[in-house]
Amino acid sequence: MTITLTHFSAALVFSLCASIVFGIAHRDNTREMVRYGAKCFAMFLGGVFVAGWIMWLLRR
Amino acid sequence: MANSTTDRAKPAQTETISLMAILAPAVGWLIPGAGHMIQKRWIRGLLLFVSIVTLFLLGLAMQGRIYRANGGDILDILGFVGDVGAGAMYILTLANDWGQGAIAFATADYGTKFMIVAGLLNFIAIADAYHIAIGKKR
Repeated sequence: MTITLTHFSAALVFSLCASIVFGIAHRDNTREMVRYGAKCFAMFLGGVFVAGWIMWLLRR
Repeated sequence: MANSTTDRAKPAQTETISLMAILAPAVGWLIPGAGHMIQKRWIRGLLLFVSIVTLFLLGLAMQGRIYRANGGDILDILGFVGDVGAGAMYILTLANDWGQGAIAFATADYGTKFMIVAGLLNFIAIADAYHIAIGKKR
């Protein structure tokens, strides 16, 4: 079985899985885990968009 | 009298903690999240299991390459270190000769990275399970 993900969906899955692990491992209580996980996810996705726009600008 | 009771209870407690401090990381390495589950952190364990296994299996399905033990290029060695963190999934992949990597697929390189990251995330989960076992974290 072969799965072909787009660049964006691959980044999305990666961000989600990594954020869950970071949230659980780096914080002590449930509330802080959820907040930190969400923050990591937002930072990952934000990074993807920023990198995308930078590459778009460099290409022009 | 109370002191002698406390003194007797202490060695047994220390023994339990030290056993769990060895068992939790070992089980956690073999099966992602299991180090948390044996310490009754069911939801955390399940979330870790789903996240790490999903990342590893997606990497395999994307035709990623698995690194074997090697003494060559430094990046290959680091790739092996990352992959080996996936525990039983890594052993199973090697045993079945999966994860050969396919150059024909553009996303295969992503797959390789997914599997390495799954192993590295499992190392973080193992450290967390250890911290719970020694009482550093709840």
